[in-house]
Amino acid sequence: MKLRKQTKKEFITYAIVLLFYAVVMILDVTGNLKSHTKGLLVPVCYYATAAVSLNLVVGILGDLSLGHAGFMCVGAFSSSLFSVVFKESAMPVGLRFLIALIIGTAVAALFGFLIGIPVLRLNGDYLAIVTLAFGEIIKNILAAIYLGYDEAGVHLSLKSFTLQGEGKMLINGAMGIQGVPTDSNFTVATLILILTLVVVQHIVDSRTGRAIMSIRDNRIAAESIGINVTKYKMLAFTVSAAIAGTVGVLFSHNTSTLTAASNYFGYNVSIMILVYVVLGGIGSIRGSVIAAALLYALPEMLRGLGNLSNYRMLIYSVILIAVMLWNWAPAARTWREKVFAGKGGKADAAS
Amino acid sequence: MKKKVVALMMSLVMGMSMLAACGEGGGAAGGDTFKIGGIGPTTGPAAIYGSDVRDAISIAVDEINAAGGINGHQIEYKFEDDEHNAEKSVNAYNSLKDWGMQMLIGTVTSGPCIAVSEKTREDNMFMLTPSGTAVQCVQYDNAFRVCFSDPNQGAASAQYIADSSLKDSAIGIIYDSSIEYSTGIHDSFVAKAGELGLNIVADTSFTGDSNTDFTAQLATLADNGANLVFLPIYYTEASLILQQEKTIGFDPVFFGCDGMDGILEVENFDKSLAEGLMLLTPFSATATDDLTVNFVNKFREKTGHVPNQFGADAYDAVYTIKKVAEEQGITPDMSISDICDKMKTGMTTVTMDNVLTSPTTITWTAAGEPNKDPRAVVIQNGEYVLAE
Repeated sequence: MKLRKQTKKEFITYAIVLLFYAVVMILDVTGNLKSHTKGLLVPVCYYATAAVSLNLVVGILGDLSLGHAGFMCVGAFSSSLFSVVFKESAMPVGLRFLIALIIGTAVAALFGFLIGIPVLRLNGDYLAIVTLAFGEIIKNILAAIYLGYDEAGVHLSLKSFTLQGEGKMLINGAMGIQGVPTDSNFTVATLILILTLVVVQHIVDSRTGRAIMSIRDNRIAAESIGINVTKYKMLAFTVSAAIAGTVGVLFSHNTSTLTAASNYFGYNVSIMILVYVVLGGIGSIRGSVIAAALLYALPEMLRGLGNLSNYRMLIYSVILIAVMLWNWAPAARTWREKVFAGKGGKADAAS
Repeated sequence: MKKKVVALMMSLVMGMSMLAACGEGGGAAGGDTFKIGGIGPTTGPAAIYGSDVRDAISIAVDEINAAGGINGHQIEYKFEDDEHNAEKSVNAYNSLKDWGMQMLIGTVTSGPCIAVSEKTREDNMFMLTPSGTAVQCVQYDNAFRVCFSDPNQGAASAQYIADSSLKDSAIGIIYDSSIEYSTGIHDSFVAKAGELGLNIVADTSFTGDSNTDFTAQLATLADNGANLVFLPIYYTEASLILQQEKTIGFDPVFFGCDGMDGILEVENFDKSLAEGLMLLTPFSATATDDLTVNFVNKFREKTGHVPNQFGADAYDAVYTIKKVAEEQGITPDMSISDICDKMKTGMTTVTMDNVLTSPTTITWTAAGEPNKDPRAVVIQNGEYVLAE
């Protein structure tokens, strides 16, 4: 009985995503979709995916990680490197993008695992600060790397250099990777979002998930009944990092230039994703998806306000505060419960 | 459960209404007016560049409209914020396309400019960036720029130093290794300086995350005996460097590029610190020719401050579009792609005289690069003065 309820919940989430996809596709086919909206679709999907993956660590495992953008950065750079190298080859686009996705995910997972070993010995605020530091380290190293090949072979350096004869700069320091093929599209992004939902919801709804949640609720009790705390923490952290890597692949293959700059991979981005998670409800997978989609789209939609659009970042912040209060302030919650309990009761009677 | 269903329905309704709202009124190309769009940061750390460009374009557009427009057609103009973020910049571009934009003046900063140029190439939309300095900004044939490219500026700076009385100086460098603008100029400066036999004694850098304390870099330069410091960076950091060099008793000549322009407008900045600072910039707000005086006055009236070089580039960009469009007989009822093709040919044949950002004329190569002479400016008594 209980399991069925859980399954139902999962399917509602998939249904929302699929419904959204269907509506967008119908609008697109009938020519009612503006190019501005079209450009937002892929980012909406990957930020929703990022929020779901972070929720696995923050909501399900109960550890605060602020290094999520760092894993995105790793996934973005490793996959873009592959795509740029094989851009001119005869490989079909679909296969190339699939391999890029696998590479980005795998490399980010590896980094998640390696970083997890020292980091997950910590808890709470300490963990948050260390993950933040690791995210910044990853970003700064990638912003300093120069990688290129020429007639003399492959060069890797932390200082810029000039190529001898025929050759190509692959990673050009602060200028990053240029000319990444724009392979991301809405269908692939939606598929990845759904795949992420399946993976994360199945982890949550399994023996593993219950073990992870028991660590969140009471670490000592979990340890006392024989749960291998380190193993489950590593598992959640690595899966989360891997999905963040996938997000990085979608991100880098959506805009053709990739630079390890703060406004794409800095801690502000990690915090932005955390905001999606918190606003959607910590531990609520569906909430993460909806919050990420709405919050990413909101400042963009405010462009349409004419003269008011000069104040759109201000309006966005005010809405953020308002929604946070509406969702979590005790007074707002009791008021909401009163109002919606009445409506819910009527709906119950009607059905 | 029911409550959740209600909440869910509400969020769905919200989402739908947003989609529905944006589904209306797709890009109907204007018939009677030219629609010119602009993109640049008007919020965030690079906001001053974007807002100056936005205001300068609107001044130029108002002037042209008052004088009868382009080929008798008025110009409609819209500017979108990109927060100096490539992703947001592409969103802004898409939004302008929905509005019916036919030509783009932008984008203001390099990274976003490269990303947008990929999109404009797909659409064959003409773009003229006032200030996108990175090499790749104009890598496609539909993209042109008004400013110098990064390597151009670095090489020109080295050349200027080699030709001037400063040529025997011991040169120290402080640059920002985390941005394209600074590394681009730095690399070409170092390469050119090597060719010209200039003496670089110290080469130091910082990143965007450590751009408040420069005492370590300044100490390195002082220890190596530098007496000319090359600063291919933006003025926000430069103003801090100028404040900090005094505290450690290090007093070299400072030499900057166009990013240094605007340093005298920094709030609470002691202008005496910038005394003797040299910068290579195509625009000088204190020039006394009619064009500059007119522009600076109008700009000051509109915004309350003196325009920087970015604004001047943007002003020239609008007039360039006007002149090319007139020479090529472009009208607003043409398709975006046709306009672009005509503009492409027109740009390589046009000669812009009487401009803000060059002492003589500007012409363009098919690669999108401008041919114009740099000007060196030195700060004396709190004003920019043309160097000898």
